[in-house]
Amino acid sequence: MTIASSTQFICFIALSAAVAIGALGVVLLPNIVYSAFLLGGVFLSVAGLYLLLNASFVAAAQVLVYVGAVNVLILFAIMLVNKKENLAAIPGLALRRVLSGAVCAGLFALLLRVAFTTPWATPGPEPLGDEATIRIGEHLFSDYLLPFELASVLLLMAMIGAIVLARRDVFTTDIATGEPADQGLIEKSRTPLLLDQTGPANAGLQAPLLETNP
Amino acid sequence: MTLDLTTVPLQGYLALAAILFCTGVWGLINSRNAVRVLMSIELMLNAVNINLMAFSSYLDGQLIRGQVFAIFVITVAAAEAAVGLAILLSLYRNRETVDMERFNLLRW
Repeated sequence: MTIASSTQFICFIALSAAVAIGALGVVLLPNIVYSAFLLGGVFLSVAGLYLLLNASFVAAAQVLVYVGAVNVLILFAIMLVNKKENLAAIPGLALRRVLSGAVCAGLFALLLRVAFTTPWATPGPEPLGDEATIRIGEHLFSDYLLPFELASVLLLMAMIGAIVLARRDVFTTDIATGEPADQGLIEKSRTPLLLDQTGPANAGLQAPLLETNP
Repeated sequence: MTLDLTTVPLQGYLALAAILFCTGVWGLINSRNAVRVLMSIELMLNAVNINLMAFSSYLDGQLIRGQVFAIFVITVAAAEAAVGLAILLSLYRNRETVDMERFNLLRW
Protein backbone atom coordinates (compact mmCIF):
# COMPACT_ATOMS: atom_id res chain seq x y z
CA MET A 1 0.00 0.00 0.00
CA THR A 2 1.43 3.27 -1.04
CA ILE A 3 -1.13 5.61 0.47
CA ALA A 4 -2.31 5.72 4.05
CA SER A 5 -5.18 3.53 5.11
CA SER A 6 -7.47 6.35 6.16
CA THR A 7 -6.94 8.11 2.85
CA GLN A 8 -7.72 4.88 1.12
CA PHE A 9 -10.91 4.50 3.13
CA ILE A 10 -12.05 8.03 2.31
CA CYS A 11 -11.31 7.43 -1.38
CA PHE A 12 -13.29 4.20 -1.25
CA ILE A 13 -16.29 5.92 0.33
CA ALA A 14 -16.24 8.74 -2.22
CA LEU A 15 -15.85 6.41 -5.21
CA SER A 16 -18.55 4.07 -3.91
CA ALA A 17 -20.97 6.94 -3.50
CA ALA A 18 -20.17 8.10 -7.04
CA VAL A 19 -20.71 4.59 -8.42
CA ALA A 20 -23.98 3.98 -6.58
CA ILE A 21 -25.52 7.39 -7.28
CA GLY A 22 -24.29 7.35 -10.87
CA ALA A 23 -25.79 3.91 -11.46
CA LEU A 24 -29.11 5.05 -10.04
CA GLY A 25 -28.96 8.07 -12.33
CA VAL A 26 -28.21 5.88 -15.35
CA VAL A 27 -31.27 3.80 -14.64
CA LEU A 28 -33.70 6.48 -13.47
CA LEU A 29 -33.01 9.71 -15.37
CA PRO A 30 -35.60 10.42 -18.06
CA ASN A 31 -33.13 11.99 -20.50
CA ILE A 32 -30.98 9.25 -21.96
CA VAL A 33 -28.12 11.58 -22.93
CA TYR A 34 -27.62 12.42 -19.24
CA SER A 35 -27.70 8.69 -18.55
CA ALA A 36 -24.93 8.07 -21.06
CA PHE A 37 -22.67 10.74 -19.54
CA LEU A 38 -23.37 9.45 -16.03
CA LEU A 39 -22.44 5.99 -17.29
CA GLY A 40 -19.05 7.42 -18.25
CA GLY A 41 -18.74 8.78 -14.72
CA VAL A 42 -19.56 5.37 -13.29
CA PHE A 43 -16.90 3.76 -15.49
CA LEU A 44 -14.32 6.31 -14.34
CA SER A 45 -15.21 5.73 -10.69
CA VAL A 46 -14.86 1.99 -11.16
CA ALA A 47 -11.42 2.63 -12.67
CA GLY A 48 -10.57 4.58 -9.51
CA LEU A 49 -11.65 1.59 -7.42
CA TYR A 50 -9.31 -0.59 -9.48
CA LEU A 51 -6.48 1.81 -8.67
CA LEU A 52 -7.32 1.40 -4.98
CA LEU A 53 -7.05 -2.36 -5.50
CA ASN A 54 -3.47 -2.07 -6.84
CA ALA A 55 -4.47 -2.85 -10.41
CA SER A 56 -3.16 0.00 -12.51
CA PHE A 57 -3.18 -1.95 -15.78
CA VAL A 58 -6.82 -2.96 -15.52
CA ALA A 59 -7.72 0.59 -14.49
CA ALA A 60 -6.05 1.90 -17.65
CA ALA A 61 -7.82 -0.75 -19.73
CA GLN A 62 -11.11 0.21 -18.11
CA VAL A 63 -10.64 3.87 -18.97
CA LEU A 64 -9.51 3.12 -22.52
CA VAL A 65 -12.07 0.47 -23.41
CA TYR A 66 -15.14 1.50 -21.42
CA VAL A 67 -14.90 5.28 -21.36
CA GLY A 68 -13.07 5.60 -24.65
CA ALA A 69 -14.86 3.02 -26.74
CA VAL A 70 -18.06 1.65 -25.22
CA ASN A 71 -19.37 4.94 -23.87
CA VAL A 72 -18.62 6.79 -27.10
CA LEU A 73 -20.33 3.98 -29.01
CA ILE A 74 -23.40 4.30 -26.80
CA LEU A 75 -23.44 8.08 -27.32
CA PHE A 76 -23.25 7.57 -31.08
CA ALA A 77 -26.11 5.08 -30.94
CA ILE A 78 -28.19 7.52 -28.89
CA MET A 79 -27.62 10.27 -31.40
CA LEU A 80 -28.47 7.95 -34.30
CA VAL A 81 -31.75 6.77 -32.84
CA ASN A 82 -32.68 9.86 -30.84
CA LYS A 83 -36.21 10.42 -31.99
CA LYS A 84 -38.73 12.01 -29.71
CA GLU A 85 -41.48 9.47 -29.36
CA ASN A 86 -44.35 9.31 -27.00
CA LEU A 87 -44.24 5.92 -25.39
CA ALA A 88 -47.59 4.21 -25.29
CA ALA A 89 -48.86 3.54 -21.81
CA ILE A 90 -48.53 -0.05 -20.70
CA PRO A 91 -51.11 -1.38 -18.24
CA GLY A 92 -49.60 -2.55 -15.00
CA LEU A 93 -46.29 -0.77 -15.48
CA ALA A 94 -46.18 0.60 -11.93
CA LEU A 95 -46.96 -2.84 -10.53
CA ARG A 96 -44.19 -4.33 -12.63
CA ARG A 97 -41.73 -1.74 -11.34
CA VAL A 98 -42.66 -2.42 -7.73
CA LEU A 99 -42.47 -6.19 -8.18
CA SER A 100 -39.12 -6.10 -9.97
CA GLY A 101 -37.85 -3.70 -7.32
CA ALA A 102 -38.84 -6.23 -4.66
CA VAL A 103 -37.08 -9.01 -6.56
CA CYS A 104 -33.93 -6.89 -6.90
CA ALA A 105 -34.04 -6.00 -3.21
CA GLY A 106 -34.27 -9.70 -2.40
CA LEU A 107 -31.33 -10.44 -4.64
CA PHE A 108 -29.40 -7.64 -2.97
CA ALA A 109 -30.17 -9.03 0.50
CA LEU A 110 -29.07 -12.49 -0.62
CA LEU A 111 -25.78 -11.18 -2.04
CA LEU A 112 -25.12 -9.13 1.10
CA ARG A 113 -25.81 -12.13 3.32
CA VAL A 114 -23.41 -14.28 1.32
CA ALA A 115 -20.76 -11.56 1.41
CA PHE A 116 -20.98 -11.01 5.15
CA THR A 117 -21.45 -14.56 6.41
CA THR A 118 -18.85 -16.38 4.31
CA PRO A 119 -15.57 -16.75 6.21
CA TRP A 120 -13.25 -15.29 3.60
CA ALA A 121 -9.61 -16.33 3.91
CA THR A 122 -8.40 -12.77 4.50
CA PRO A 123 -5.72 -11.61 4.70
CA GLY A 124 -4.45 -13.56 1.75
CA PRO A 125 -0.99 -13.32 0.20
CA GLU A 126 0.62 -9.91 -0.01
CA PRO A 127 -0.61 -8.04 -3.11
CA LEU A 128 1.88 -7.56 -5.88
CA GLY A 129 1.48 -3.85 -6.36
CA ASP A 130 3.37 -2.45 -9.31
CA GLU A 131 4.48 -5.83 -10.60
CA ALA A 132 0.90 -6.75 -11.44
CA THR A 133 1.32 -5.72 -15.07
CA ILE A 134 4.30 -8.05 -15.48
CA ARG A 135 2.35 -10.90 -13.92
CA ILE A 136 -0.64 -10.25 -16.21
CA GLY A 137 1.65 -10.42 -19.22
CA GLU A 138 3.11 -13.71 -18.02
CA HIS A 139 -0.40 -15.10 -17.53
CA LEU A 140 -1.59 -13.95 -20.95
CA PHE A 141 1.30 -15.61 -22.75
CA SER A 142 1.54 -18.84 -20.77
CA ASP A 143 -1.48 -20.39 -19.12
CA TYR A 144 -4.11 -18.04 -20.58
CA LEU A 145 -2.72 -18.13 -24.11
CA LEU A 146 -5.69 -19.91 -25.67
CA PRO A 147 -8.32 -17.50 -24.24
CA PHE A 148 -6.10 -14.62 -25.30
CA GLU A 149 -6.03 -15.80 -28.90
CA LEU A 150 -9.73 -16.64 -28.83
CA ALA A 151 -10.42 -13.11 -27.61
CA SER A 152 -8.77 -11.73 -30.74
CA VAL A 153 -10.91 -14.01 -32.92
CA LEU A 154 -13.98 -12.91 -30.95
CA LEU A 155 -13.16 -9.25 -31.52
CA LEU A 156 -12.72 -9.86 -35.24
CA MET A 157 -16.05 -11.68 -35.39
CA ALA A 158 -17.77 -8.91 -33.44
CA MET A 159 -16.31 -6.28 -35.75
CA ILE A 160 -17.46 -8.05 -38.93
CA GLY A 161 -20.83 -8.85 -37.38
CA ALA A 162 -21.40 -5.27 -36.33
CA ILE A 163 -20.56 -4.01 -39.81
CA VAL A 164 -22.86 -6.57 -41.45
CA LEU A 165 -25.72 -5.81 -39.07
CA ALA A 166 -25.48 -2.03 -39.14
CA ARG A 167 -25.08 -1.44 -42.84
CA ARG A 168 -27.95 -1.22 -45.25
CA ASP A 169 -29.56 -4.51 -46.16
CA VAL A 170 -28.95 -4.44 -49.90
CA PHE A 171 -26.82 -2.23 -52.00
CA THR A 172 -29.22 -1.27 -54.70
CA THR A 173 -28.12 0.10 -58.01
CA ASP A 174 -29.92 2.57 -60.12
CA ILE A 175 -31.55 0.72 -62.97
CA ALA A 176 -31.17 3.52 -65.47
CA THR A 177 -27.54 4.48 -64.84
CA GLY A 178 -26.13 1.43 -63.08
CA GLU A 179 -24.58 3.55 -60.36
CA PRO A 180 -24.92 2.62 -56.71
CA ALA A 181 -27.89 4.31 -55.14
CA ASP A 182 -29.85 4.58 -51.96
CA GLN A 183 -26.85 4.59 -49.65
CA GLY A 184 -27.54 7.66 -47.60
CA LEU A 185 -26.79 8.04 -43.96
CA ILE A 186 -28.60 5.76 -41.60
CA GLU A 187 -30.71 8.36 -39.90
CA LYS A 188 -31.75 9.91 -43.20
CA SER A 189 -35.06 8.61 -44.37
CA ARG A 190 -34.86 6.45 -47.44
CA THR A 191 -35.49 8.78 -50.33
CA PRO A 192 -37.62 7.13 -52.96
CA LEU A 193 -35.61 6.94 -56.16
CA LEU A 194 -37.04 7.32 -59.63
CA LEU A 195 -40.11 9.01 -58.25
CA ASP A 196 -41.38 12.42 -59.01
CA GLN A 197 -40.26 14.73 -56.24
CA THR A 198 -39.84 18.11 -57.82
CA GLY A 199 -43.28 18.53 -59.24
CA PRO A 200 -45.10 18.08 -62.50
CA ALA A 201 -42.27 19.68 -64.49
CA ASN A 202 -40.17 16.54 -64.17
CA ALA A 203 -43.01 14.07 -64.50
CA GLY A 204 -42.51 13.55 -68.17
CA LEU A 205 -38.82 12.88 -67.70
CA GLN A 206 -39.25 10.34 -64.93
CA ALA A 207 -42.25 8.43 -66.14
CA PRO A 208 -40.33 6.19 -68.59
CA LEU A 209 -37.84 5.29 -65.87
CA LEU A 210 -40.67 4.21 -63.65
CA GLU A 211 -41.95 1.82 -66.25
CA THR A 212 -38.61 0.08 -66.61
CA ASN A 213 -38.54 -0.54 -62.86
CA PRO A 214 -39.90 -4.07 -62.28
CA MET B 1 -17.23 -9.76 13.14
CA THR B 2 -15.32 -6.62 13.98
CA LEU B 3 -15.50 -3.75 11.57
CA ASP B 4 -12.25 -1.83 11.34
CA LEU B 5 -12.96 1.64 10.04
CA THR B 6 -9.43 2.46 8.95
CA THR B 7 -9.00 -0.11 6.19
CA VAL B 8 -11.46 -1.14 3.54
CA PRO B 9 -12.70 -4.69 4.12
CA LEU B 10 -13.34 -7.11 1.29
CA GLN B 11 -17.02 -7.00 2.16
CA GLY B 12 -17.14 -3.31 1.27
CA TYR B 13 -16.26 -4.05 -2.33
CA LEU B 14 -18.67 -6.98 -2.42
CA ALA B 15 -21.51 -4.82 -1.08
CA LEU B 16 -20.78 -2.10 -3.63
CA ALA B 17 -20.79 -4.67 -6.43
CA ALA B 18 -24.11 -6.02 -5.13
CA ILE B 19 -25.61 -2.52 -5.22
CA LEU B 20 -24.35 -1.98 -8.76
CA PHE B 21 -25.57 -5.37 -9.96
CA CYS B 22 -29.06 -5.00 -8.50
CA THR B 23 -29.37 -1.51 -9.99
CA GLY B 24 -28.41 -2.98 -13.34
CA VAL B 25 -30.94 -5.79 -13.05
CA TRP B 26 -33.71 -3.35 -12.16
CA GLY B 27 -32.81 -1.12 -15.09
CA LEU B 28 -32.63 -4.11 -17.41
CA ILE B 29 -36.17 -5.15 -16.51
CA ASN B 30 -37.79 -1.72 -16.42
CA SER B 31 -36.21 0.27 -19.22
CA ARG B 32 -38.39 1.21 -22.15
CA ASN B 33 -35.46 2.53 -24.19
CA ALA B 34 -33.31 -0.15 -25.79
CA VAL B 35 -30.11 1.88 -25.37
CA ARG B 36 -30.73 2.06 -21.64
CA VAL B 37 -31.04 -1.73 -21.56
CA LEU B 38 -27.54 -1.98 -23.05
CA MET B 39 -26.29 0.51 -20.46
CA SER B 40 -27.78 -1.63 -17.68
CA ILE B 41 -25.94 -4.66 -19.04
CA GLU B 42 -22.71 -2.67 -18.90
CA LEU B 43 -23.45 -1.79 -15.26
CA MET B 44 -23.89 -5.47 -14.41
CA LEU B 45 -20.64 -6.41 -16.17
CA ASN B 46 -18.85 -3.72 -14.17
CA ALA B 47 -20.28 -5.11 -10.94
CA VAL B 48 -18.89 -8.54 -11.79
CA ASN B 49 -15.55 -6.95 -12.61
CA ILE B 50 -15.43 -5.22 -9.24
CA ASN B 51 -16.00 -8.58 -7.56
CA LEU B 52 -13.25 -10.23 -9.57
CA MET B 53 -10.78 -7.46 -8.85
CA ALA B 54 -11.58 -7.42 -5.13
CA PHE B 55 -11.07 -11.18 -4.83
CA SER B 56 -7.89 -10.91 -6.88
CA SER B 57 -6.47 -8.29 -4.57
CA TYR B 58 -7.60 -9.69 -1.22
CA LEU B 59 -7.39 -13.46 -1.68
CA ASP B 60 -5.06 -14.02 -4.62
CA GLY B 61 -2.45 -11.32 -4.30
CA GLN B 62 0.44 -13.17 -5.93
CA LEU B 63 -1.23 -14.97 -8.84
CA ILE B 64 -3.60 -12.22 -9.88
CA ARG B 65 -5.94 -14.42 -11.85
CA GLY B 66 -8.90 -12.18 -11.13
CA GLN B 67 -7.29 -9.32 -13.01
CA VAL B 68 -6.76 -11.53 -16.06
CA PHE B 69 -10.41 -12.57 -15.88
CA ALA B 70 -11.44 -8.93 -15.62
CA ILE B 71 -9.47 -8.12 -18.77
CA PHE B 72 -11.26 -10.90 -20.63
CA VAL B 73 -14.61 -9.65 -19.34
CA ILE B 74 -13.76 -6.15 -20.59
CA THR B 75 -12.92 -7.63 -24.02
CA VAL B 76 -16.18 -9.54 -24.23
CA ALA B 77 -18.10 -6.48 -23.03
CA ALA B 78 -16.62 -4.39 -25.82
CA ALA B 79 -17.63 -7.00 -28.41
CA GLU B 80 -21.09 -7.26 -26.85
CA ALA B 81 -21.60 -3.50 -26.94
CA ALA B 82 -20.59 -3.29 -30.60
CA VAL B 83 -22.87 -6.11 -31.73
CA GLY B 84 -25.72 -5.00 -29.46
CA LEU B 85 -25.70 -1.47 -30.78
CA ALA B 86 -25.51 -2.74 -34.37
CA ILE B 87 -28.58 -4.91 -33.72
CA LEU B 88 -30.27 -1.87 -32.18
CA LEU B 89 -29.56 0.26 -35.26
CA SER B 90 -30.90 -2.48 -37.51
CA LEU B 91 -34.04 -2.78 -35.39
CA TYR B 92 -34.52 0.96 -35.39
CA ARG B 93 -34.26 1.03 -39.16
CA ASN B 94 -36.91 -1.66 -39.50
CA ARG B 95 -39.39 -0.62 -36.81
CA GLU B 96 -38.72 3.13 -36.40
CA THR B 97 -38.74 2.92 -32.62
CA VAL B 98 -36.51 2.06 -29.68
CA ASP B 99 -39.38 1.12 -27.36
CA MET B 100 -38.71 -2.29 -25.86
CA GLU B 101 -42.44 -3.00 -25.60
CA ARG B 102 -42.79 -2.87 -29.37
CA PHE B 103 -39.96 -5.29 -30.10
CA ASN B 104 -42.26 -8.29 -30.03
CA LEU B 105 -41.21 -10.04 -33.21
CA LEU B 106 -40.28 -13.21 -31.34
CA ARG B 107 -43.21 -13.23 -28.95
CA TRP B 108 -45.50 -16.18 -29.41
